[in-house]
Amino acid sequence: MDSFLQQLYNGLSLGAIYALIALGYTMVYGILRFINFAHGEIFMVGAYVAYFLAGWFLPDGAASSWLMFLLILMLSMAICALLGIGIEWTVYRPLRNRPRLTVLITAIGVSLFLQYGGQTFIGADPKAFPKILGDPVQVNMGPVTTNNLELLVLVITLILMFALRFFVMKTKLGKAMRAVSHNIQASSLMGINNDQVIAVTFAVGSALAAAGGVLYAMNYPTIDPLMGLLPGLKAFVAAVLGGIGNIPGAALGGLILGVVETFAAGSVVSDYKDAIAFGLLVLLLLFRPGGLLGKATVEKV
Amino acid sequence: MLDVANIKVKYGQIEALHDVSISVPEGKIVTLIGANGAGKTTLLRSLSGLLPLSNGKVELHGEDITREKPHRRVARGLAHVPEGRMVFANLSIAENLEMGAFLRKDKDGISKDLAYVYELFPRLEERKRQQAGTLSGGEQQMLAIGRALMSAPQCLMLDEPSLGIAPILTRIIFDKIVEINQERKLTILLVEQNVNLALEISSFGYVIETGNILFEGSSQDLRNDPRVREAYMGG
Ligand SMILES: Nc1ncnc2c1ncn2[C@@H]1O[C@H](COP(=O)(O)OP(=O)(O)OP(=O)(O)O)[C@@H](O)[C@H]1O
Ligand SMILES: [Mg+2]
Repeated sequence: MDSFLQQLYNGLSLGAIYALIALGYTMVYGILRFINFAHGEIFMVGAYVAYFLAGWFLPDGAASSWLMFLLILMLSMAICALLGIGIEWTVYRPLRNRPRLTVLITAIGVSLFLQYGGQTFIGADPKAFPKILGDPVQVNMGPVTTNNLELLVLVITLILMFALRFFVMKTKLGKAMRAVSHNIQASSLMGINNDQVIAVTFAVGSALAAAGGVLYAMNYPTIDPLMGLLPGLKAFVAAVLGGIGNIPGAALGGLILGVVETFAAGSVVSDYKDAIAFGLLVLLLLFRPGGLLGKATVEKV
Repeated sequence: MLDVANIKVKYGQIEALHDVSISVPEGKIVTLIGANGAGKTTLLRSLSGLLPLSNGKVELHGEDITREKPHRRVARGLAHVPEGRMVFANLSIAENLEMGAFLRKDKDGISKDLAYVYELFPRLEERKRQQAGTLSGGEQQMLAIGRALMSAPQCLMLDEPSLGIAPILTRIIFDKIVEINQERKLTILLVEQNVNLALEISSFGYVIETGNILFEGSSQDLRNDPRVREAYMGG
């Protein structure tokens, strides 16, 4: 039982990272109906931005602090938001009315560009991520043993999800985002500037992925330019699992995937934990083609 | 108020509007009638900027808006209730109306207009927390009109408000259109296939067929025109 709760906790903490990335996939899909495969790389860039900022703000020997952590986290999110807007502006916008397959392939191109750009300019070798909050401190919560850094993943994810929910449900811009995602022509007839809303969508999605990257890097102490590949792919699976285009679905899909993967890793089939994630997806889509919370629609990609 | 000169619109290679000119004077209801596929929706969509023109000019109170983006045209006072209503099914009724007022900053004016819309269509207020997707077709049409009014337009374009709606609701909606025109001094361009009703409430009409304006005239004259009677009013 104890180990069950422990595994569940570990799964949720991994799933939180997937969820943070999955939100960006699903938000962009909700509006533009395409999978931004470069999104996983934003996660990687987020980690690198934090790496460089930490190196800059915290030279050897400087005391780490919560304030510094928050500053680095927010700056990394902001810089990746700008990167997301920049990619949309320069790459996707000119292709707005092209066939979706063209855009999809371009997205893969952007993804490769960021991976290999990173390898060329920063180096392919893994870098040790600085200890922004010092060494992890063990925390006991009843039967669950964790540390402050793992706990941080869950806390920050929770805060970001609530903030996102508030933004999307309660603010005028968030409502406009839902309007655009429902009918992009009707929204322009309301006076909504669709381009602006799309830019905001990319910014928000990228900022969330960056947060995921920073939190991930703090717990898995090295980073490298290909680190976004697998989490990005799994977050995509999570988004589809939850129902692509559906925001709560992406969060739910991420958490479920993290839990399933963690339990698989702790069992006899541990070698297949990644395959299990994809198997789960295929199985679910057979029965619920729209994902857990999505509507079933037949979509030609 | 709205002046359209010599516009051509193409879908790929196919020209859907050949050389259409119409004029909607301030404060009037003008109707555009025509059979399925005549080009009515194409015309309205090109006027609100959803479709590009390949030729021609669109003016809204004397200002050239031919190259403006759709959201900029709304800012200039042009509202379009599209065919099929296109309400935001995933938003509540109140949120749909809020989106209608997206560009406005005058809080007082917005709440006044909201009260006006709810007075016009009390059903909307009763259901304001409900998702718009749960409304009936007629109620969605009311919402689509109310949403357009929330932008405080000077010129309102309506694309077949009677489409797929019970006759009794159509009657109510047409009465409201007249009411809006008279009380708000709103200029209206009404696209319809319900020719009897459209000619009844309008002062001027255009008949469009396969991308050309076939005839035009006062609604009174059109109603008495045997050609119109035969083709569109069942003899
Ligand atoms: N997206 C499109 N692509 C190609 N052709 C189109 C498109 N939309 C409309 N058309 C064609 O343009 C012509 C005019 O269509 P339009 O929808 O404007 O007619 P309408 O008068 O509004 O008809 P209805 O009364 O059925 O709504 C038709 O021949 C139609 O087939
Ligand atoms: Mg039509």
